Amino acid sequence: MAKVRGAVVVDKEGCKGCGICVDACPQDVLALNKDVNSRGYHYSYMENPDACIGCSNCGVVCPDTCITIYRVKI
Amino acid sequence: MDIKDIIKPENLVYDKSKVQIDTIMHYCPGCSHGVVHKILSELIEEMDIQEKTIGIAPVGCAVFAYNYIDIDWQEAAHGRAPAVATGVVRLNPDKFVFAYQGDGDLASIGAAEILHACNRGENLLVVFINNATYGMTGGQMAPTTLNGMVTSTTPGGRNIDLNGYPMKITELIAQLPGTSYVTRQAVHTAGAVRKCKRSLKKGIQNVLDKKGTSFVEVVSTCSSGWKMTPVDANNWMAENMIPYYPLGDMKDSVKGGPVSEN
Repeated sequence: MAKVRGAVVVDKEGCKGCGICVDACPQDVLALNKDVNSRGYHYSYMENPDACIGCSNCGVVCPDTCITIYRVKI
Repeated sequence: MDIKDIIKPENLVYDKSKVQIDTIMHYCPGCSHGVVHKILSELIEEMDIQEKTIGIAPVGCAVFAYNYIDIDWQEAAHGRAPAVATGVVRLNPDKFVFAYQGDGDLASIGAAEILHACNRGENLLVVFINNATYGMTGGQMAPTTLNGMVTSTTPGGRNIDLNGYPMKITELIAQLPGTSYVTRQAVHTAGAVRKCKRSLKKGIQNVLDKKGTSFVEVVSTCSSGWKMTPVDANNWMAENMIPYYPLGDMKDSVKGGPVSEN
């Protein structure tokens, strides 16, 4: 069990589905959704939320700054 | 633990900077401009210089930079951002002035302006986005396009005999005595973004300390111009661009100081 838990909130409408956050995630938490947002992009979402450690790599590389990251020690 | 228990204001570790305007950028998915805008916004907020920052916007995709960072901006003619910045910083010596340029803008039409501004040692920061192509106009060959690289104007790949060598403009600039800090960074991984942020912070601090010109090149991608997915473009850049444009500091001293050996 991880000692740190994180959570990612993706701004669904701001995401352009570039997939760089999916590539940057060391825990394979993120994936591109099968659904699209109002502009037709497959937005990023937490496919595997339990594995998130809140490292903020996804937020740091996001070109559209649409990722907000939370982290808590347990 | 439920996700709702983690998503609370007291657990926030990363959020959009307040200096960055809350709007959707016009850039293509995965564009490096967005990352550089983001780290500039974060630094302007962290260093509390929003009121004294003046940006000079280029011609190119970043022409709309003034829509995304909440500071004072001045638009310059193609390639002339360092010349406009010279005027702005000489009339407002207490402001922090930076010029933001792409490679078609800085290394081609604006080559004279950037060399002379750096040679005069104007007290400004130059952010140079090198994606080896003219992204805005449809992916034509730029001075920085790699040998053999296919663009819309070099469909058979860049030919050195015909088109010359890819220009290492940052190495040229490092030789000029007016510069204080010359570095090349990238933004393709989280580690690279954090290093690039440290370099930009140092460049901003040098300008605030009136040390002369600071020059930060960011090796970038243009996934639309290169006809790749954003992740493939990042990998292609790491494999092909970075060997020719090696990352690291080229000069880190004071105005008039020597070029470092690494």
